[in-house]
Amino acid sequence: MARKLLLEHDNKPGIQGLEGYRANGGYRSVEKALKTMGPEAVLEEVKKSGLRGRGGAGFPTGLKWSFMAKPPGVPRYLVVNADESEPGTFKDRYLMERIPHILIEGMITSSFALGANVSYIYIRGEYFYIYRILERAIEEARAAGWLGKNILGSGFDHDIHVQVGAGAYICGEETALLESLEGKRGNPRIKPPFPAVKGLYGCPTVVNNVETIAAVVPIVNDGGEEYAKIGIGKSTGTKLISAGGNINKPGVYEIDLGITCEEFLNSDEWCGGVQGRALKALVPGGSSVPIIPAELYFKTAAGEARLMTYESLSDGGFATGSMLGSGGFYAYNDAQCIVRSTWNHTRFYAHESCGQCSPCREGTGWMEKVLHRIENGEGRLEDIDLLWDIQRKIEGNTICPLGDAAAWPVASAIRHFRDEFEFHVYHPQKVKDPKHFEKTPFVRKPKTVAA
Amino acid sequence: MPKVTIDNIEIEVPEGTTILQAARMIGERNKADRHVVPPAMCYYTSLKTSGGYCRTCIVKVSQGSTKDPRPMPKPVASCRTNVMDGMVVQNTTSPELLDARKGVTEFLLINHPLDCPICDQAGECHLQDLGYEHGAEGSRYEFERRTFDPIDIGDTIKLHMTRCILCYRCVKVAEQLTDGRVHGVINRGDVSEISTYIQQAVENDFSGNMIDVCPVGALTDKTFRFASRVWYTKPVDAHRDCENPKCTGKVVLWLKGNEVLRVTGRKDQWGEVESFICNTCRFDKKDVKHWTVEGPRHLDRHSVIAPTTTNSSRSRSSLPRPLRKAPP
Repeated sequence: MARKLLLEHDNKPGIQGLEGYRANGGYRSVEKALKTMGPEAVLEEVKKSGLRGRGGAGFPTGLKWSFMAKPPGVPRYLVVNADESEPGTFKDRYLMERIPHILIEGMITSSFALGANVSYIYIRGEYFYIYRILERAIEEARAAGWLGKNILGSGFDHDIHVQVGAGAYICGEETALLESLEGKRGNPRIKPPFPAVKGLYGCPTVVNNVETIAAVVPIVNDGGEEYAKIGIGKSTGTKLISAGGNINKPGVYEIDLGITCEEFLNSDEWCGGVQGRALKALVPGGSSVPIIPAELYFKTAAGEARLMTYESLSDGGFATGSMLGSGGFYAYNDAQCIVRSTWNHTRFYAHESCGQCSPCREGTGWMEKVLHRIENGEGRLEDIDLLWDIQRKIEGNTICPLGDAAAWPVASAIRHFRDEFEFHVYHPQKVKDPKHFEKTPFVRKPKTVAA
Repeated sequence: MPKVTIDNIEIEVPEGTTILQAARMIGERNKADRHVVPPAMCYYTSLKTSGGYCRTCIVKVSQGSTKDPRPMPKPVASCRTNVMDGMVVQNTTSPELLDARKGVTEFLLINHPLDCPICDQAGECHLQDLGYEHGAEGSRYEFERRTFDPIDIGDTIKLHMTRCILCYRCVKVAEQLTDGRVHGVINRGDVSEISTYIQQAVENDFSGNMIDVCPVGALTDKTFRFASRVWYTKPVDAHRDCENPKCTGKVVLWLKGNEVLRVTGRKDQWGEVESFICNTCRFDKKDVKHWTVEGPRHLDRHSVIAPTTTNSSRSRSSLPRPLRKAPP
């Protein structure tokens, strides 16, 4: 049984409430940080821990915090990104629903390190029931003196506000989130300036994922070095993975970064193997990351066993690798159609594009239409090249990463499953049935890819 | 003062200059170098926070600065990126950049109705120019184009959302020039649209400038609609003492005979108005008697209206070449 840092007590009775949380060692990190450490020491521990952003990009958290500008007389803010809307990702939901206080505890400790007196949780509108849970938890914490003026007599004031989003995926992009939090249309800002210099209301702001902030709690409790011992290389600590798709045991799992991909998929402790049929493809980190075929999931192009780490999963670049992303892990068995899934993803991105910059606004809708045509047996062979060209012209040419996120799944699907696209073109009658691969799975010839 | 090299041409510019402005300075210094200036559909010098949306002005930064010579990983929007000392920028000298820009042009055109024959903007439309200079011959888009019904916004402005490229310039005008904004963007993705909230009319002294800043034919002057093709009118500079303290009264009259067909602001060589004018000047003073005529308007932008350029100078090629013909 692997160790758990975040989900250790997720099934303890009363853990949702402050009493139950305290009984299981809650708010120790606040006591430790405020009474015995200074802000600098907390930042130092986070740097030592090697914690990387859990929202998808994997940027070192300590480094991000140290970029925060500290002009005198200007307030600083911590904003927690709980706008978890990536298809396939539901780890933050579980964490906030089960243990809301770990987020609040992490926010107090992190804000202490950052010198922020006010912090915000921006939560997606669909999580309204979690908004109620969080509000209740904040009320409890405030009543018990963990929030408010002069916490634990340390002279540190802090308060947390929760803001509910209105159902836009784009508001998970940090600058769009800040715009939305300010009450404006959720359009991403043009960077630079980065939020660490000019963020919420023009003040220095750090935006972090829920899981990142929650991970600060064990880091402060046990020390950054202890945390860094878990994991391999630059991927330290534990990571929540929300596993879904055609696996036997879907759910949210906390893994040590560095276990092998094969173990994670097949071990009974985690996913419990693929449901019924043969494994076809995998998306290891949420819908935005490239899809990879089964053989490349187990082994890198160089023949090494692939590990659940930031580096190993992206080994080989986009040609043969993928990304750990936000940890939205889902598997496809051979009854699934990659073209249909890609179309579904693209439909999502076309719907969620904010419409601010042209390549993403026009390109995602175009890709969706072309993919819909191929999936319904009306495609032509040149459509595949057209799709490739469209995604290539979106990627890298947009303001925010949504354009890239829309382009990568299409690019990887064509890269690895081109023959399946061609099958749709050659056999329009066979693909008319939406479950066309259920009876006769599509057998692809594994390609030899240069290492 | 930082030194920047754009397409092998070096220029020294003040701190805080953007790449686009630096390129325009090169073009102003020597008209033969105007081809280094990237096209800009959404950036507007006099409107704050404009730019960055259309992505036509993207350039490749092959050296970030002298201090940090690494190239930038992606193409950057030249209108929103400040130059650094020792920066090396590639615009027309980078084939992959031109290819990316061709892609952006194609994206801008896939849902555009291409109704130039009946569009009032034809002849002075930036999207037309962009299409000729950077576009492909045909479209690969075979689906139904998105359409919207034309809306009246106020008595004097017509909005053809179908033609809009969502440059946000008119939104910035509403935000920055007029008081009390009733105009913005609703919806998202490829169905987002410019709208006055629940079609509330835009009534403001400066709302007419939305027409001038619109790079395409989405916002047109209702007092001029279908009156004439722009190239049949004669532009002359004129001025009057405007009662409005914010308005300079310096305009261009577009004449047909002695009749004033329309009044617009004076646009410079980059297609941007030099000073914004009020609605009284624009819509109400439609008689030469109201104006002191200064002389013919010298158009410095290649266009069918400019007497010095002809249609034959427009090639359909997208190869790098001096794009704007210099007047004699």
